[in-house]
Amino acid sequence: MTSQVDINKVTVVALVENEPGVLNRIASLFRRRAFNIDSLTVGRTHKPHISRMTIRVVAGPEYARKIATNLQKLVNVIDVRVLDNEPHVERDLALIKVRNDDADSRNTITEICDRYPARIVDVGPKVAIIEMVATEEILEEFIDEVRPTGIVEMIRTGVVSMGRGTRIHDTNFTRRDLAKIQNQISAGGNGNVI
Amino acid sequence: MKLTGSEIIMECLLQEGVHVMFGYPGGAILPTYDAMTKYENRLHHVLVRHEQGASHMADGYARATGEVGVCIATSGPGATNLVTGLATAMMDSSPILAITGQVPIPAIGSDAFQETDVTGVTLPITKHNYLVTDVRDLAYTMKEAFHIARTGRPGPVLVDVPKDVQLALTEFEYPEGEIVLPGYHPPSSADGSEISDALRLIEEAERPIILAGHGIMMSGAMQELRELSERAQIPVTLTLLGKGGMPEDHPLVIGMMGMHGEASANLAIQEADLLIALGMRFDDRVTGNLKTYARNARKIHVDIDRSEINKNVKADVGIAGDLKTVLTQMLPKLKPKSHPEWIGRIRDWLEDSSERDILNYETPGRLLTAQVINDIWEHTQGEAITVTDVGQHQMLEAQYYPHQRPATLLTSGGLGTMGFGFPAAIGAKFGKPEEEVWAIVGDGGFQMTLCELATAAQENVNVNIAIINNFFLGMVRQWQELFYEKRYEATPLFNPDFCKLADAYRIPNRRVTKRDEIADAVQFARDIDGPTLIEFVVEKEEMVYPMVPAGADLHDMKRRPKPGEG
Ligand SMILES: Cc1ncc(C[n+]2csc(CCOP(=O)(O)OP(=O)(O)O)c2C)c(N)n1
Ligand SMILES: [Mg+2]
Repeated sequence: MTSQVDINKVTVVALVENEPGVLNRIASLFRRRAFNIDSLTVGRTHKPHISRMTIRVVAGPEYARKIATNLQKLVNVIDVRVLDNEPHVERDLALIKVRNDDADSRNTITEICDRYPARIVDVGPKVAIIEMVATEEILEEFIDEVRPTGIVEMIRTGVVSMGRGTRIHDTNFTRRDLAKIQNQISAGGNGNVI
Repeated sequence: MKLTGSEIIMECLLQEGVHVMFGYPGGAILPTYDAMTKYENRLHHVLVRHEQGASHMADGYARATGEVGVCIATSGPGATNLVTGLATAMMDSSPILAITGQVPIPAIGSDAFQETDVTGVTLPITKHNYLVTDVRDLAYTMKEAFHIARTGRPGPVLVDVPKDVQLALTEFEYPEGEIVLPGYHPPSSADGSEISDALRLIEEAERPIILAGHGIMMSGAMQELRELSERAQIPVTLTLLGKGGMPEDHPLVIGMMGMHGEASANLAIQEADLLIALGMRFDDRVTGNLKTYARNARKIHVDIDRSEINKNVKADVGIAGDLKTVLTQMLPKLKPKSHPEWIGRIRDWLEDSSERDILNYETPGRLLTAQVINDIWEHTQGEAITVTDVGQHQMLEAQYYPHQRPATLLTSGGLGTMGFGFPAAIGAKFGKPEEEVWAIVGDGGFQMTLCELATAAQENVNVNIAIINNFFLGMVRQWQELFYEKRYEATPLFNPDFCKLADAYRIPNRRVTKRDEIADAVQFARDIDGPTLIEFVVEKEEMVYPMVPAGADLHDMKRRPKPGEG
């Protein structure tokens, strides 16, 4: 059981078309090329036809670039960036269900949560759910602290990242079968790149 | 005007300049076959005998012409039979479009009769694939599919069309203008700094060598390659798929590299101080042991596929771009140079090779594959398109049939697909009807797709089939001889009487067992306007030399002993 965040973790961020099968293509690529992935998250962006992925890799930047060039080859992958040294904000969200059935554990949990950006979002007579959003490193630290109290269930979203400042990672593409959506976008007037 | 999905497929094929498609019908693709009746005089459908044949024919067509080859199959077993051909095309960057029928949309996911998740199955072996779920997307998808197949690093694309989409009606309009895809931008030119870095390495090199691959021809950079080589006096070695990228009788071309490559080429790579790798991907069959590969050389690597750069071999200057464009950027600044000493070294190695050449041996009473290939080369004036299968005969073709023009040797390199040669030759002939086409195949591989004899006969395709019959899976036997103490497990072949087989298909044929019969047989085949078959009964236990054993150092070649060396 290690709480050490691997210092060799590299983050790859990809903008992909929000189309059926895209995640499958990406997963298939990683399997095919035997790329070792630490975590992968996908979510929507402010543009309905664009999803964004954050991929964490336990490897050097060179390996990450290999992944990036291969990802870029997929037709549905719009843009890929490797964030090695660029300053960026990253967050991992965890829901942690802990034992909460005596005064001791209740106190410990509350005390630990006070020291972290963690919230107790559900409390029952036996267990409580803690929600915590932080960098991967701090999250790991937190998990190690609550572990002795008794974690009974846990889920993490995996890391999402965004470069800091005005380095915008976005796209303005338009596409035929998305004409409808595009009209909505222009009507809504959102989604411009700075 | 409203058209059905099936008619839209036909219209799109016509718009893209397709005249011929190779396929096999079945339930889920039947509406499209029915639509063909209206297009009969503009779009010729070639009925194959196995869908694998259709995929290789489309591939052969594509390799011979540089245009997209089209194959069609029904859902389920029809589509899965295309898999080997798609994988073959993927490995060798060949642009083919596969159209498959699919069960109707409401049945998808229900394990319906002949339902297979074809886009799932072919995902890793296509450049891209589509399942069309709305007939209104069909025309655009077809256009996109052609665009993706033929641009950038070409490759196979599959379009899976459910039966109800084939039947549905919609307004047809072929999308105008260029396809713009958000995530698809093949690189074209290089940065100025990349060009000057490359030029500096070339200038500093004393022992440079060019490694020219398939990309030269796909980019149409033959002239630029030649200029680079001539102006800076840099010897050129070719990959198997690169043959034809520069005329092989050119004094600066030193032959093929790799496992069964020219010894001088392999030695030159190992001794070089600069590799200029153009449109090739450092496959393990050309590098041997990567740890000892070209250890003293700096490397310039130009390829259209960015992910190839630094994949196997680390590049000092890596340029992702279109070869013709990049070389055109480079040439105006390239200074003339000469490397007489280096070229002299290579000449010495070449001389040593020719002393070991089996053609210079006394081999009375034996018919050797090298002799057959050499003589076919001679009697076709070295001008034929040869399409090989996979095995010893393939490597001997590469060694003994020098190619002067691009796209005149078609062979499955990356996947090494037995059964490719004969159907690919049929496809090539459809693409290049004015050219003389020879399928040079082994007795083993030919039997994997010989059902296409019926296709060749039905279509009266003027393809000459040369079967190199050694009654063995020769290349595997060679490995057994060298590495498994001659335990010939599962390599001796019981063969049909190939001539009687040809007779059964009413295909004119000959059997050749002596060298002095070759010329006649070749002429016989050339004179007939239609398929012919010649069986060359050759020595059973020949060896292909030189050979770099798999994983060995590139310079560590098994050579044929010189006469008198025992
Ligand atoms: C489909 C397929 N199966 C197996 C192999 C492995 N293999 C490579 S060469 C070879 C022997 C080919 O024999 P033949 O066609 O007679 O050609 P020869 O080597 O005798 O010239 C085999 C079995 C392959 N390349 N492709
Ligand atoms: Mg054989």
